[in-house]
Amino acid sequence: MHPSTNLGRRRLLGTAAAAATAAFFGTSGRVFAAMEDVDKAIADFGGGAEAADGTITLTTPEIAENGNSVPVAFSVESPMTEESHVESVMILAADNPSAGVATFHFTPRSGEAKASTRMRLARTQDVVAVAKMSDGSLHRASANVKVTIGGCGG
Amino acid sequence: MNRFPLSVSAVAGALVALTSLAVLAEPADDTLLIDGEIEMTTRTESVEGHPLPEVISGWHYRTEDTRVLEQDTFDNPGMLGVEAGEEIWNTVDGTMGKSCASCHDDASESMAGVGASYPKWDAANGKPTNIEQRINHCRVENMGAEPYAFDKGGQKPLTAYVKHQSLGQPLALDLSEGDMQTWRDKGEELYYRRTGQLDLSCATCHEKYNGKNIRADHLSQGNVNGFPTYRLKQSDLVSLHNRFRGCIRDTRAEMPAAFSDELMALEVYTTWRSQGLSIETPAVRQ
Amino acid sequence: MAAKPRVKVPKSVAAGDVITIKSLISHKMESGQRKDGDGNPIPRDIINHFAAAFDGEEFFSVDIDPAVSANPYLEFSVRVDEAGTFTFTWTDDAGEVITHEQDIALKS
Repeated sequence: MHPSTNLGRRRLLGTAAAAATAAFFGTSGRVFAAMEDVDKAIADFGGGAEAADGTITLTTPEIAENGNSVPVAFSVESPMTEESHVESVMILAADNPSAGVATFHFTPRSGEAKASTRMRLARTQDVVAVAKMSDGSLHRASANVKVTIGGCGG
Repeated sequence: MNRFPLSVSAVAGALVALTSLAVLAEPADDTLLIDGEIEMTTRTESVEGHPLPEVISGWHYRTEDTRVLEQDTFDNPGMLGVEAGEEIWNTVDGTMGKSCASCHDDASESMAGVGASYPKWDAANGKPTNIEQRINHCRVENMGAEPYAFDKGGQKPLTAYVKHQSLGQPLALDLSEGDMQTWRDKGEELYYRRTGQLDLSCATCHEKYNGKNIRADHLSQGNVNGFPTYRLKQSDLVSLHNRFRGCIRDTRAEMPAAFSDELMALEVYTTWRSQGLSIETPAVRQ
Repeated sequence: MAAKPRVKVPKSVAAGDVITIKSLISHKMESGQRKDGDGNPIPRDIINHFAAAFDGEEFFSVDIDPAVSANPYLEFSVRVDEAGTFTFTWTDDAGEVITHEQDIALKS
């Protein structure tokens, strides 16, 4: 890991929406998703099962260089056999205008239940990953990503 | 150019100074090796007369997640633009039934080194010219095609494609041709001129405070070896003159037109400052 | 959809290996949240689904929301037991599908 340049940024951060991504996601006054929406999405996804922490690892940067393109990766411990595998993984952004980011569907042929993509985050928020296994169990992980306002606002 | 009361400039100066007190962040200690084979010069001794002892690519000022994107030409989203440029290169356009390839053949040969040697002196027009303008000149004169409007049509992808053929090669400016020296000097004057409500010059951020943060942005030296650049913010290629205009707009000054004499002088001067750095087009930045 | 896909698949693998596939496709991914200069909302226009199949059998897919960045990037795994052909498809809101095929061989 390389030394990060986070110290100054941390002091400058508020929870205000990053100007650029706020423009992308709409003007102020729009209602943002919140933890209730996340809970509801997980309930719909998992059929009401309780999501246990662990088994799934979520990787996101601590500070997003730009909210328009934030790398997100996950990996779920699973033998990925016919008898025991990951069926789906759902990624949610708790404070975006709409919580859904993407839902990944796996089969035993996937070999490993891991994937990555790049997402848009409208502001500093928690990102949640939920894995649904073939036996119906749910596992979750979450991480907080700070989204910053850069430069002269340009 | 608006001159606001001293208090406003003092506030602007204080803002930058305050943020600078919070952190003295070094450019990242890292090496840019593209696809495991192309060695890139991202730090080098500056040319004679340069105010800074070392020129450092903007790549070093970005977070690891951003730097990693440029290490692999597959992962680099700017390459989508380069590929689009390649398609344009091979597509017939205009009344004369020609494509770029009709005269220039394989760009990896005909354009090798070209991107690293612009802007060049254009004797016919008595001013410097850049790749974007060269492309338009060729389209009009040799293809019977319409010139691209600024940042429109194929201008960005084609410019990125041409410059990408010089990937890794050091930027070099020939000041001996025509009046290039005069334009470089004019650009230098503009570089140090404070403008706008925020009363900032290019030098304020990129020379005096590079390495510090302005809000959450890690200020680079403002070198131009990576343009057109893939900016995460726009999720698209961004041209050099667009960046000039954006920076000037952000100081709340009136923006010169793209390819105006002012911005051409600035392009000559900033290229002069960036000499020695490898062409990174398409660079990945925030 | 004027989008162009790029996919990175190793040319050959040992049977039973789990490999990583990377995909990138150019697309604005217009979220539907933005407004134009006159204040009118710009309609949503995204790639909403990606699927990967091997010799016609789908093994991986993604339901994509507007929060996925422009020029959507996807990286995922697959276990290769035999030589064959991958088929990758991207579907947009209008129902248009872009398809890309890539062969893979076994190391001998």
